[in-house]
Amino acid sequence: MIYTEDLTKYFDDFLAVSGITLRVNEGEVLVLLGPNGAGKTTTVRMLTSILRPSRGRALVAGFDVEHHPDKVRASVGVLTEHHGLYGRMNALEYLEFFGSLYGLKGRTFLSRITNLLDQFGLGFANTKRLGEYSKGMRQKLALVRALLHDPPVLLLDEPTSAMDPESARMVRDALQGLRSENRTILLCTHNLGEAEELADQIAILRKGKIIHNDTPEELKRKLLGPAVYEARFHLPLDGRNIQLPHGVRLIERLENRIRFTIDLPEKTNPVLIQTLIGHFEGLMEFLELPRSLEKAYLEAVSRSDGRSEHELS
Amino acid sequence: MNFPDIAPALSITRREVRDQFRDWRIIFPVVGLTVFFPFLMNFTANQILNFVREYGANIIGERLVPFLLMIVGFFPISVSLVIALESFVGEKERASIEPLLTTPLKDWQLYLGKLLSSTVPPLVSSYLGMGVYLTGLYINKIPWPEPVMLIQIVLLTTVQAVVMVSGAVVVSSQATSVRAANLLASFIIIPVAFLVQGEALLMFWGNYDTLWWAVFGLVVLGILMVRVGLAHFHREELLGREIDVLNIRWGWKVFLLSFRGNARNLLDWYWRIVFPAVRQLRLAIWIVTAIVCVGIGVGALQVERFPILLNPENFREVNARIEGMMNIYPVFAFSPVLAIWWQNVRVLLVSLVLGIFSFGVLGVLPLMATMGLAGYLFGLLQGSGIQVLPLMVGLILPHGIIELPVAILATAAVLQQGAILATPNSEKTVGEVWLTSLADWAKIMIGVVIPALFLAAMIEIWVTPRIALMIIGN
Repeated sequence: MIYTEDLTKYFDDFLAVSGITLRVNEGEVLVLLGPNGAGKTTTVRMLTSILRPSRGRALVAGFDVEHHPDKVRASVGVLTEHHGLYGRMNALEYLEFFGSLYGLKGRTFLSRITNLLDQFGLGFANTKRLGEYSKGMRQKLALVRALLHDPPVLLLDEPTSAMDPESARMVRDALQGLRSENRTILLCTHNLGEAEELADQIAILRKGKIIHNDTPEELKRKLLGPAVYEARFHLPLDGRNIQLPHGVRLIERLENRIRFTIDLPEKTNPVLIQTLIGHFEGLMEFLELPRSLEKAYLEAVSRSDGRSEHELS
Repeated sequence: MNFPDIAPALSITRREVRDQFRDWRIIFPVVGLTVFFPFLMNFTANQILNFVREYGANIIGERLVPFLLMIVGFFPISVSLVIALESFVGEKERASIEPLLTTPLKDWQLYLGKLLSSTVPPLVSSYLGMGVYLTGLYINKIPWPEPVMLIQIVLLTTVQAVVMVSGAVVVSSQATSVRAANLLASFIIIPVAFLVQGEALLMFWGNYDTLWWAVFGLVVLGILMVRVGLAHFHREELLGREIDVLNIRWGWKVFLLSFRGNARNLLDWYWRIVFPAVRQLRLAIWIVTAIVCVGIGVGALQVERFPILLNPENFREVNARIEGMMNIYPVFAFSPVLAIWWQNVRVLLVSLVLGIFSFGVLGVLPLMATMGLAGYLFGLLQGSGIQVLPLMVGLILPHGIIELPVAILATAAVLQQGAILATPNSEKTVGEVWLTSLADWAKIMIGVVIPALFLAAMIEIWVTPRIALMIIGN
């Protein structure tokens, strides 16, 4: 797991990360969102014991990043922002080299390399020079490198940014699999769809500070208000009066649709659906209107700038 | 006992060496310098030997052969500088350093791996080149240099490579770009160029024994360079520093903070800042004192080697000379006091400059040379039957009792500065360490040495001649 408390980093007088407190349990995925320069990479570097925190502390896989840097590094698999492969090596040489730095060798290790390369669709190119790899292939190989020593904690900086949709799907599936193996994953991404799909928690960083940290649903509720439901009917409503149960507030009435918010959906929805069927003919659809994480994220960022999304629009 | 695990360092070395031998830009000059250059040198040696023989100047030919061997060995190791300068900062620019830094590699393992990978290929190439050159000599029936000389040249080449590479790796690990590292390389190239010229001079002069001192000096410098590199290599520095703008305001702040500390007034500064700094120099003071004693001893021993016969009759006029001096420089005449004070301060500044370029080691030279000269003079006087003690008591002791201890103190501060630079410090950057050590030196100089030297100069001009006249005159 990952635990940080008041984690802070200064570069001379510049405050890059300010008082970050996080907790990511085993089998959970925390997604760090934030604009460029928000402090995501610095946070990851502190969690990898590459950068020393100026204040606060962090435990990764049970080890303090400041006092046991070697153990921390042995316990984390890191996908760095820039993959920095060695262009004159091939994939097998490259992975064997990194394996040797983790003290891995032998037949079992070689078969692990082969399995990982096959899993990420790189088996066919394992003897090809890395300089000839496409961007997506490089990213996948960097991810294989991060998984090489079977780490319990993964710190991944934009793992699918350079990939085609098919490869990105493959990687996301792999990450789901890794989560189900009880690994702790911290993911930095600008892909909000990916964040929504994978995250158990989302932390939004802004100017080095966490401005929001919640589950995706709770984040949306806090930033965009309660969920909006819509009922669609076969025929137009023609001005008919609608008697809605207690706790339901009508917010919009259209030709054959009504939109409303519900205080306690779990309790109210069955009653509401019965009411709607009883009073109107042809209830075609009853759904919660989808709200994008993007909208919530933009709202969070603009609120932190002192403006609301409504003001912006 | 647990031996340090060098396997990861060797993994780094293997990877880098393999990478180098896949790069034609490295292969081409290395092979060229290994194979073709020695042939050229053989041809040159042959031609020059034939030419000088016509004029009976065989000695030039004899001394040219080992010199060309040294050049053949040196050229491939110049390639090592390029590889080493690029070792860290090049990986940083290609963004391949971060994945390495996230592995459980220890800092020293990474550093050692890089150091070896930059040293070994050019050095192997250098040995091969020398082998080709010597084979050429054998084929052309040109006599080889003496075996001792061969050993000296191989050792010189090896330690030169280690010094150059270790210096370049230090530069590479601290620079923010390859461009900056290449610009800073002149700090390595220029001293090494002077060194090679000096070695060439010694070879043509035929003073081969002195070459051992060059080997010894380079070994010490190489060890210090490696030590400094290891001491100040932090993975955080590699990623944490992106901009190489000279920040004078920051530098001044760091210096001032260390120099002034949190002293409230001058008295407080002396009590809480200067005196503790002097106390910290205890070991360095003992070392410099020992060096002073050795200097005097070595100087005195040179009397037999360079004897000058002194005529005691000349010393009869000493009284008159001292009286003359007293007339020219009366009591409270300030210009001679300032002249002597500035001369002494200048010597100690030279000591600092020498120390900066050699981690304090060469900083002891001015004092050691002065003491050596003093030892030689005392030896000479003693050998000529002149009583040394009255001269010492009359001419040196009155001001020397202040001058010598503060000179030792100032030299110890220079030595300490070098030692601090070579000591691991995970809290500060190299720049901070250097600035704080300079501030430590400045505390000693401004707080103690400079005022004391002024006092000594006043005594030397106003008091010493009168005491000397009293003692020697009687």
